[in-house]
Amino acid sequence: MRARRWLASDARQTGWGILARHHLVDVTYSTHRAWSQHLSSPSALTTNATPLIETRLLSRMDHSATIQLLQPTDFTLRAGDRVAITGSSGSGKSVFLRTLALLDAPSSGDILWHRRRVNNDCIPQYRSRVCYIAQRPSLIDGSVEDNLRFPYSLKTLKQQRFDIEQAKSLLRQAGKQDNFLDKSASDLSGGEAQVVSLIRAIQLDPEVLLLDEPTAALDPQSSREVEMLVTAWFNHDNASSRAYIWVSHDHDQAQRMSNIRLHMQAGVLTERGIQ
Amino acid sequence: MNYQSLSATDIAIAACLILVNGALSLGLKLGLERQLIWAAIRTVVQLLAIGYILGWVFEFAYWYVVLPLMCLMTLIAGFSAAGRGKRTYAGRRLDSVVSVWGSSWLVAAIGLLVVIRIEPWYEPQYAIPILGMILGNTLTGVSLGIERMMQELSSGRSTVEMILALGGSRWEAAQMAARQAVRAGMTPTLNQMTVVGIVSLPGMMTGQVLAGQSPAEAVRYQIVIMFLIAASSALGTVGAVLLTYRRLFSADHRFMMHKLINR
Repeated sequence: MRARRWLASDARQTGWGILARHHLVDVTYSTHRAWSQHLSSPSALTTNATPLIETRLLSRMDHSATIQLLQPTDFTLRAGDRVAITGSSGSGKSVFLRTLALLDAPSSGDILWHRRRVNNDCIPQYRSRVCYIAQRPSLIDGSVEDNLRFPYSLKTLKQQRFDIEQAKSLLRQAGKQDNFLDKSASDLSGGEAQVVSLIRAIQLDPEVLLLDEPTAALDPQSSREVEMLVTAWFNHDNASSRAYIWVSHDHDQAQRMSNIRLHMQAGVLTERGIQ
Repeated sequence: MNYQSLSATDIAIAACLILVNGALSLGLKLGLERQLIWAAIRTVVQLLAIGYILGWVFEFAYWYVVLPLMCLMTLIAGFSAAGRGKRTYAGRRLDSVVSVWGSSWLVAAIGLLVVIRIEPWYEPQYAIPILGMILGNTLTGVSLGIERMMQELSSGRSTVEMILALGGSRWEAAQMAARQAVRAGMTPTLNQMTVVGIVSLPGMMTGQVLAGQSPAEAVRYQIVIMFLIAASSALGTVGAVLLTYRRLFSADHRFMMHKLINR
């Protein structure tokens, strides 16, 4: 049974190889509607950057299988990509991001990580490399430091050790003093909590961040701190091996934080204004 | 000591006391009248029925009479453990029945065959009341455990998903909720054990004393029963919480919140 499924996916992969050679930009996207355009595109251009995440006809229905939340989507996220996705609420932006984080099961299609499918045992590992940041930060009871230490108690991250100096330097990047570590999580403002939840993820050195409207509920100051943290994480080595997808309502922010801009409407992911 | 038998008139006088509840419900506008009547009728009918059934079973003490009755009691306990609360999930009934069945029969077997050593193994005079007492307490534990698990997971959904998103396994994500749920399921038994004999005189012991048994002897039985109940409700609660966990978390480490249904 399992072997047969593998064969099927291999066959599909070779089939899609044609498409992969025809992408226009760093990001290959296509929904079933835009697909034919893609294949016939004359100005095909190849990039060398390694694909981190690829989706193949990834789609999601709601749980009663009546509404198509995400239309079949082909998408490639390469190292160095800074993708912004805009779109009205309920258009499927979160659905897409949560599916990429494997928090929700796709109805059909595949997600490839470094060109491979992620099997069940490796999903926690994958999620620590591809970190999903929710709009509403969730912190555990205790101090900021307890929260930053928390991920290291998980089995997946057993080999890594909490580095307090790294934590302090990340906090300083966000304009926070060292004594911020001792603050109780329940006393934090929404902005501070989001900064903590972002640092909690960034310190694990993920390759991809999936940011689901991280600043939608924040004041301008905290928004800037979040943007700075993400930028610093992205630029940590000059030839960036990292990538992020930033879902935002704010068009200025989308403009500022991305080199690839996509738009989601009724579950269809389309390109918008490549510069 | 002589044993005072109760006539139908005696019972009717006692039944009139339910009118106190009715008056309270009307006076305080609690809206419980229908439930009260229904509960009172059920009490009378169910107990009269079990009185006759047990009388009959004691007379025909064959395993093929006793065993089906025990199965039926267990099934009913399992179903009623699944029936409470405003949330549920597909398969909750099966999970309740499995955890009630597994824990109570294992513990009842130890109690009846190892501790009390009844002969034959299905001696209904012992097997049925003891299983019944174990079932009654286990179903509370199972029901509270499942309910609390669902409540913790749905109110703590963001925490659960935060742990998953950071690379936690499904068990790491569910752990906190599971712990709370097991604690909630075991609390009633623990409370009961700490006040037994001081605040409450358990029904079984009271019954034995009323029937003319010496209190010292009755107490020994009660001690055994308390431990059987504690063991079974703990096992049942843990089993039920684990089964709930397996239903709500998939093998690919996802929390399937949509499986929780409001009813």
